[in-house]
Amino acid sequence: MLNPSLRKTILGLALPLLVCLLWQYLGELKQFAGILPTPLKVLQGWDDWIFAKPGMGLNPYLGTWTANVSYSGSRVIQGFLLASAVGIPVGLMIGWSRLASSIVDPLIQGLRPIPITAWLPFSIAIFGIRDFGSIFLIFLGGLYPIIVNTTQGARDVEKNLVRAALMMGASRLQLLIRVVLPASTPSIFTGLRIGLGISWTAVIVSEMVAVKSGLGYVLWDAYYVGRMDIVLADMASIGVLGFLSDQMVVLIQNKLLSWRILQSH
Amino acid sequence: MSHIEIKNLSKTYHSKGPGAPVTALEDINLSIASGEFVALLGPSGCGKSTLLNLIAGFEFPSAGSVHVDGQIVTTPGPDRGVVFQEAALFPWLSVWENVIFGPKVNNTPLHEYEDRAKQMLRLVGLEEFRDSLPVQLSGGMRQRVGIARILTLGSKVLLMDEPFGALDAQTRLSMQELLLSVWQKLKPSTLFVTHDIDEALFLADSVYVMSARPGRIDRKITVPLERPRKLEDTSLEVFRSLRLEILHMIRSFHG
Repeated sequence: MLNPSLRKTILGLALPLLVCLLWQYLGELKQFAGILPTPLKVLQGWDDWIFAKPGMGLNPYLGTWTANVSYSGSRVIQGFLLASAVGIPVGLMIGWSRLASSIVDPLIQGLRPIPITAWLPFSIAIFGIRDFGSIFLIFLGGLYPIIVNTTQGARDVEKNLVRAALMMGASRLQLLIRVVLPASTPSIFTGLRIGLGISWTAVIVSEMVAVKSGLGYVLWDAYYVGRMDIVLADMASIGVLGFLSDQMVVLIQNKLLSWRILQSH
Repeated sequence: MSHIEIKNLSKTYHSKGPGAPVTALEDINLSIASGEFVALLGPSGCGKSTLLNLIAGFEFPSAGSVHVDGQIVTTPGPDRGVVFQEAALFPWLSVWENVIFGPKVNNTPLHEYEDRAKQMLRLVGLEEFRDSLPVQLSGGMRQRVGIARILTLGSKVLLMDEPFGALDAQTRLSMQELLLSVWQKLKPSTLFVTHDIDEALFLADSVYVMSARPGRIDRKITVPLERPRKLEDTSLEVFRSLRLEILHMIRSFHG
């Protein structure tokens, strides 16, 4: 008998592998030639994109993967950190103070239905074809889910925990920092994870339009010159980065929320 | 002078939607002497928890007044320690951090409360669990942490809102004994809310019997048992006849 975790891994990999095999087989048929590169071609293109020496021959993508990943990655990190730094305090204030809620919440709720893609021209007009145009969109995309979830967390704090803290003499500020913030942490992390996902969407969209570097730029550029292998390798790269960055947030979450994890067992 | 003085107190809730206002408490008069143990006994919905919340300063009276130490109550504060029904510990803090939460938010220097906090933790028998999280403790142990944090706070008034209601019968008995021994040592003025007749009689000097809709105090009963009390006291004739008397009383209120 296989051990359960190995069994699970094999079962999980079976279907993707089957799809790749089928795709490889169909891709090599004459009728389908030239529509999509086969998985092996994509791997080859991806490999060159990462490891080949740049600047040789007609292939403009050789060896540029790392640079583009770091462009996109650093934009996501900056935009996302900015969104967290603004979103968590604002969310706590809206959830905690009725006054803050009446002043800030209408603005947030009014802006929220505008998709971040609709902000593109605005962003370019204000920040130009520069890094910050992209970071602004990432910030905006990450901001709303972080605010909304943090607000919910702050509103749902158990009444008796607040009463207990007041009874022991906590001030309003101490209540916010020592009770409302930790009690909201599970919701905050839900917001952070959703926000991070949207940040990756935002970086790709903005790089397609508003900047001339990064995975989103390469994606569109490769499509124009007919390099579908790079397009697919680019998509897969975004997927891997998105997954890894989410896992990092989960790691931090598990560290901070050990009390919560114990609770649900 | 009495420690807690409640005069002509009423509490009415006005519902937001349609519907008549609900009178939760009507014309309550009650006083608790310094170091007295008072039980508030009544069926659910009689407003006994509301009365406790009013003394704690969590809610405000619609009419009448609550005085503690001669001061009118306007806010919650460390002079009135509350032990909640479900302990209400901070789940992200260890037992120790929960116990010292009060002195910490009051900016008391560590050396002033450290010994006392350790002593209180020992008193409730949890010194070995100081680094555990609340979720790792049983219901009874959580309530003991809840008691230890109030004792560390040094409250002169102890307000307990059915603190043992959710515990099994065995644990409940040992918690009652623990509470009595703690009370005997420190003598806080105590208001203990319960719907359990035996519990009220075993613990309290005076039992106020309440009835519902609107919540009123119907009778004050002085418990003639000696202190310190033992578990065996509950089988004394005087205990059993008092229990029967209260039972009849409660039945008659319900018609």
